[in-house]
Amino acid sequence: MYSSLSNRRDFIKKMAVLSAMTAAATMFPGILFAEEQEKNLPKGGNLDWKKAPCRFCGVGCGVLVGVENGKAIAVKGDPKSSVNKGLCCVKGYHSVMAMYGKDRLTKPLVKKNGAYVETSMEEALDLIASKMKETIKDHGKDAVSIYGSGQWTIPDGYVASKLFKGCIGTNNVEANARLCMATAVTGFLTSFGLDEPMGCYEDIDHADVFVLWGNNMAEMHPVLFSRLLDQRLKRGVKIIDFATRTTRTSMAADKSILFIPQTDLAVANAICYEIINKGWVNTAFVNKHCNFSKGLTNMGYGLEDNYKFSDKPEKIDFETYKKFLEDYTPEKVEKMSGVSAKDIKYMAAYYGDPNKKVMSFWCMGPNQHSRGTWMNNLIYNIHLLTGKISTPGNSPFSLTGQPSACGTVREVGTLTHKLPHGVVMNKEHREFAAKIWDVPVENIPSKPTYHTVEMFRALDRGDIKFMWIQVTNPMVTMPKLKRYRDGAKKEGRFIVVSDIYPTPTTDIADVILPSAMWIEREGMYGNSERRTQYFEQMIDPPGEAISDTWQLVEVAKRMGYEKQFYYKKETHIEEIYNEYRRHHEGKKHNMAPLEVLKTQPGAMWPYVDGKSTKWRFNSKYDPACTNGEDFHFYGKPDGKAIIWQRPYEPAAESPDSEYPYWLCTGRVVEHWHTGSMTRRIPVLHKAMPHGYVELNPGDAKRLQIRTGDKVKLTTRRGDIVLPASVNERGVPAPMQVFVPFFDENMLINDITLDSFCPISKEPDYKKCAVKVEKV
Amino acid sequence: MPIKSYLAHPHDNQKHVLIAALSALDHCEVIPAENKDILIVVTDTETKIEEDNLKEKMEALSSLKLLAMVSGFDTPKNK
Repeated sequence: MYSSLSNRRDFIKKMAVLSAMTAAATMFPGILFAEEQEKNLPKGGNLDWKKAPCRFCGVGCGVLVGVENGKAIAVKGDPKSSVNKGLCCVKGYHSVMAMYGKDRLTKPLVKKNGAYVETSMEEALDLIASKMKETIKDHGKDAVSIYGSGQWTIPDGYVASKLFKGCIGTNNVEANARLCMATAVTGFLTSFGLDEPMGCYEDIDHADVFVLWGNNMAEMHPVLFSRLLDQRLKRGVKIIDFATRTTRTSMAADKSILFIPQTDLAVANAICYEIINKGWVNTAFVNKHCNFSKGLTNMGYGLEDNYKFSDKPEKIDFETYKKFLEDYTPEKVEKMSGVSAKDIKYMAAYYGDPNKKVMSFWCMGPNQHSRGTWMNNLIYNIHLLTGKISTPGNSPFSLTGQPSACGTVREVGTLTHKLPHGVVMNKEHREFAAKIWDVPVENIPSKPTYHTVEMFRALDRGDIKFMWIQVTNPMVTMPKLKRYRDGAKKEGRFIVVSDIYPTPTTDIADVILPSAMWIEREGMYGNSERRTQYFEQMIDPPGEAISDTWQLVEVAKRMGYEKQFYYKKETHIEEIYNEYRRHHEGKKHNMAPLEVLKTQPGAMWPYVDGKSTKWRFNSKYDPACTNGEDFHFYGKPDGKAIIWQRPYEPAAESPDSEYPYWLCTGRVVEHWHTGSMTRRIPVLHKAMPHGYVELNPGDAKRLQIRTGDKVKLTTRRGDIVLPASVNERGVPAPMQVFVPFFDENMLINDITLDSFCPISKEPDYKKCAVKVEKV
Repeated sequence: MPIKSYLAHPHDNQKHVLIAALSALDHCEVIPAENKDILIVVTDTETKIEEDNLKEKMEALSSLKLLAMVSGFDTPKNK
């Protein structure tokens, strides 16, 4: 075949560049040659490529969105993003299609005589404002509430908090991150005094061993998992999957270890026992940087209305802690956990080896756990005992699920007890927020009100009369759902839902507001590694849809808060972000200026002197360390992290003779949470069209159940019929079943239990007792 | 007609100086790493003598700490 000399030279030149890039990548893991990598991407005709963080999960991949004639038509990974380095997962590549479903909400709808009637946005916003004022007048400030999301942009959450906490004067602000990340928050706060991971994704390029604690990364964080696999190819790293069910992650791991649900508490303690017993404690680190504490036990499970719990930490010494761990020898724990003493020692040996850098990843397994805060503490204990923390490759890393669970819910503080900086219980924090918000400090109540489960209980009881729900679908996701659905439909409740498609949650609404989605408006998300990322408005939203931020601003103005909501429509996102940054000023949490976020794929806070901070609490990398030592856990008054004595306690509900199986729920790679967006993307819907129940092949054989057969699941809350899945994607352990929750036509949460971690108030979606029958 | 690629390591805080100096040389293409202090340099010259001269000029740059060749190709002139 003929090839011109110039083509041949171009080809050879590319080969030369490629060779150099390969050589550089061997020497410098994670190195980026963004411009060159971009040059090699296929060019679309008149496409205008603009950067954004992905709309879906908490990994925060950088994507480039191709826009043509006012429509987003293509997505590719942003090679300049250090998060995903040009890769995307199946959801990311199809993300723009989520904006173009046929039944997109385009007009406000108001329920009149049982039917939805189209109205103008102005009228709908007037109605919401007047209804809120009327409810406050008749029933008090705590009768109105807002329930948001880790998919809220930073400005959405910020104006919601300012309106409700600062202006109206109620702490009835919650978000769905209570259902997924609240435990991570209380884990961080109890162990370190400050929220969010100390490390970053770059740890992946340095670690030798990865321990995944109940974390199906291959499906839930596929791009990050591909980085682990890449490191295994390059450097032979080890991946250990520690879980209750065999998944794609287990199959790709070097070792899969299964444990009986809830006994991860015991196994983590056994690893600590082994580390101490074998003399692998980093004594110098522990002596200098750690304290030991214990808290209350037998806390209950929050199953009753108005349940309250406050831990009472008590300092202990190392010897007391060591004595406590004698109940958790690997041999004793083997009997309760189903994990062999050999496998416990295998994991402990990696953590204990001073020559191995270890990264622990976890997400919903330890977080949606009735003792979730304890589980988070226990993983930190392992890293603190060995001093494997806050250094490149040594990193306990709590992954988040939503694109801005960290950025909005945790950093802006859209939970009942939180403020953008600090907590409502602290007078100084209230004064600080009130000053920036330009409201009297007395406006901000000093007591938290309802966490999410209790907020929906209050709606059911009638203590809350008005609820505004934005960017989330609680009528699919709430545990023990039937109670909360029935409660929301009761007479005298007024529900506003802002969303982009009809969902089971819009079904309970009195007013439905059409929202602008993702790049149809301007905003920012904050991902798992403290990275704040900006996106501009690239296309127009359909019909009368407007952003959730502007919906809130308009209602706030109608309620008489024009002074606090002074923002101009054209520049409101910039004004809000600049105001928000003031809450975090200082070396511990400074946020990057907007102009920086506009020019690069995000920046990690604390952003100090023009630089992101990659490893917090390590004086080599973190300018906030001031104690003159190599590490400074400055979230605690004495600068020391806490190693917690936390025992094993059983789940709220365990299998018995009547309900002999464990029920675990979760997600699938194709669908984003409740599927309201991804089920409208034909290729994803076809790939995973409906819910199912996974059974262990041995159980299925005994019950004479084959894939596709109808199976009835019954718990103390009700029953549901689902098609069986045997030996397909995941394989539960014997006497366990797994059901994904994305399918609104098969609402598994109708039968789950609303027990929660008493410290974080996050429900345990992973454990309840269920009966399994072939229909 | 040699085509060669190199990894060029700048002295501390000299990355931008080195990029500018290398970019100013004829027959020399520079691809800086986004996040590390290293550059890829590709040279595309007519003759071996020209290539040697260029390499000499590169090595004389004060901002350069180390120049390591990664690959070298020599394409025939007429084919």
